Amino acid sequence: MNPILAKGKILSNRLLLEGGLLYEMKILTPEMAAGALPGQFVQVDCGEGTSLRRPISICDCDDITLTLCYDVRGKGTLAMAKMPVGGEIDLLGPIGRGFEIPEQGRVLLVGGGIGIYPLVKPASLLGGRAKALLGFRNASLVNGVEYFTDYGAEALVCTDDGSYGVHGFVTSLLEEELKAGDATVLICGPMPMMKAAAAVCAKYGAAAQVSLEERMGCGVGACLACVCKIKVKDGDGEKHARVCVDGPVFDASEVVW
Amino acid sequence: MAKVDMSVNIAGVTLRNPVVTVSGACGFGEEYKPFYTTADIGAIAVKGTTLLPRLGNAVPRIAETPAGILNSIGLQNPGVDVFVTRELPRLREEGACVIANIAGSTLEDYQAVAERVADAGVDLIEMNISCPNVKEGGVAFGVIPAMVEKITAAVKEKCGKVPLIVKLSPNVADIAENARAAQAGGADALSLINTLIGMRIDIKSRKPILANKIGGLSGPAVFPVAVRMVWQAKKATGLPIIGMGGVATAEDAIEIMMAGADAVGVGTAMFKNPMAPIEIRDGIERWCEEHGIADVKEITGSVID
Ligand SMILES: Cc1cc2nc3c(=O)[nH]c(=O)nc-3n(C[C@H](O)[C@H](O)[C@H](O)COP(=O)(O)OP(=O)(O)OC[C@H]3O[C@@H](n4cnc5c(N)ncnc54)[C@H](O)[C@@H]3O)c2cc1C
Ligand SMILES: Cc1cc2nc3c(=O)[nH]c(=O)nc-3n(C[C@H](O)[C@H](O)[C@H](O)COP(=O)(O)O)c2cc1C
Ligand code: FES
Repeated sequence: MNPILAKGKILSNRLLLEGGLLYEMKILTPEMAAGALPGQFVQVDCGEGTSLRRPISICDCDDITLTLCYDVRGKGTLAMAKMPVGGEIDLLGPIGRGFEIPEQGRVLLVGGGIGIYPLVKPASLLGGRAKALLGFRNASLVNGVEYFTDYGAEALVCTDDGSYGVHGFVTSLLEEELKAGDATVLICGPMPMMKAAAAVCAKYGAAAQVSLEERMGCGVGACLACVCKIKVKDGDGEKHARVCVDGPVFDASEVVW
Repeated sequence: MAKVDMSVNIAGVTLRNPVVTVSGACGFGEEYKPFYTTADIGAIAVKGTTLLPRLGNAVPRIAETPAGILNSIGLQNPGVDVFVTRELPRLREEGACVIANIAGSTLEDYQAVAERVADAGVDLIEMNISCPNVKEGGVAFGVIPAMVEKITAAVKEKCGKVPLIVKLSPNVADIAENARAAQAGGADALSLINTLIGMRIDIKSRKPILANKIGGLSGPAVFPVAVRMVWQAKKATGLPIIGMGGVATAEDAIEIMMAGADAVGVGTAMFKNPMAPIEIRDGIERWCEEHGIADVKEITGSVID
């Protein structure tokens, strides 16, 4: 669907991680939620003192609600954390080209940090066909695993320092999985992690989709603030694609890393 | 009371209402279609168009500032051929009043683009000699009054019957002098202001936020500067003016019109509120009704100074 402007009602806005800065917000916004697709995002109006909306991925959705999971990083996300339950939130969305969910076959959901959340909706559609490979810096930051297991997906967790789950990077888990058999791979996380994961997929010939992040202006494709470099199909050139509407999900093989 | 006459006139071209979506903020009018169409607004100034396609600057290209934004898009555009063959016919069909915004690196570039868009039949040509985001992006032509006059005269020659708007840079010593220089070169109208040059640094990394390091400031932060410059440019030239820079509400639009603008540009405000052009248009009309003003043109230059 085309993006719309809507005032949603905040049903909950809770801290997810003890001592952390990670929040989950559930919003009642039937028109927007009904049309939302996995991997799309919304542009949140964070109120007075902000001149740009903040892009936040749709973590999950049903016919009437959207769930957003967000890290408090600065002014805008701090304002979100303070928004009262029962209050209104001004949204522009749903925006962008999301994940293409394959009809059949095994799907690996490769997430790092806050990047695990856009993979939740795909997990809900895939159930047992999905296996989540989730990476965090250390045990204190591990969160959200149950979002995947609740939908019937298997989940493997690793930490950079080995303080929880498997010791190492999520790319090592990915490599083990792809050695064992082919899969479609959906990737979301910090840029270096996505780049490394895409390289592993390329090595094993697995189809991979990545969800990119870039600073945004309009969020509707008009201002060209949010571009990323993409290989020109059937050529050797490069062009700029807009992360907001040509993405945020791209075929990993087209991205110029 | 009879309906307010909302139409305005820029150098002989009638705009159905005074609201113009500014160059660079609305692409070629396609993306904002879920919210309004180009037939709902006075005119659309399309993305700055150059002779050949341009890839633009590296990212990040945008940063938030107090009451504004910095951008350094760097004139990414598909080139004049794509504009003329693909975007213009569609805009025509929609019933848009089209302002072609042109840019270039050399005087000959500007002339060539002007000739192409004039031949293709745009309503107005807006010459951007004030882009702060590319080294050769016209600033060289936009700062020194003698250069403003020279390029205006050279480009005007190629515009045929299409009126030429010169888009002035605010990054100059004396805006009145530059406005007069454009007029001396044959400008039919002026638009101002383009962005003010600014910079932001991430104090954690000690790095500039923009890849281009510096960028153009727009949004409410620049509004008082825009009002002042429109006022001075109008006084200096009497030319029709599209006033822009931080306009976010109908009250802002009325204020900049009082300073001397005949039409009002809306850009950055759309990023927060895609409906801003429509809300501003309707707000101006309501204000006129409430103040017994039958013709919106009466507001222009009505400041009591
Ligand atoms: C498509 C997309 C989906 C995203 N999904 C999520 C999500 O589900 N959960 C989540 O926590 N974060 C997500 N992010 C990142 C999130 O947008 C930023 O963390 C947020 O904008 C920071 O705003 P702030 O005001 O708190 O920080 P500030 O640093 O004060 O923001 C200043 C400006 O920079 C921009 N900015 C800063 N960091 C980023 C960033 N990493 N990406 C894009 N813009 C940035 C802001 O939007 C704002 O315009 C997503 C980003 C994109 C592009
Ligand atoms: C993202 C962005 C891109 C812009 N691109 C152009 C451009 O291509 N050509 C031009 O003449 N002005 C360009 N501008 C300047 C605007 O047209 C306008 O002069 C300025 O932003 C002030 O208006 P505002 O505060 O309403 O945005 C751009 C502005 C922004 C924010
Ligand atoms: S944010 Fe404006 S084009 Fe993507």
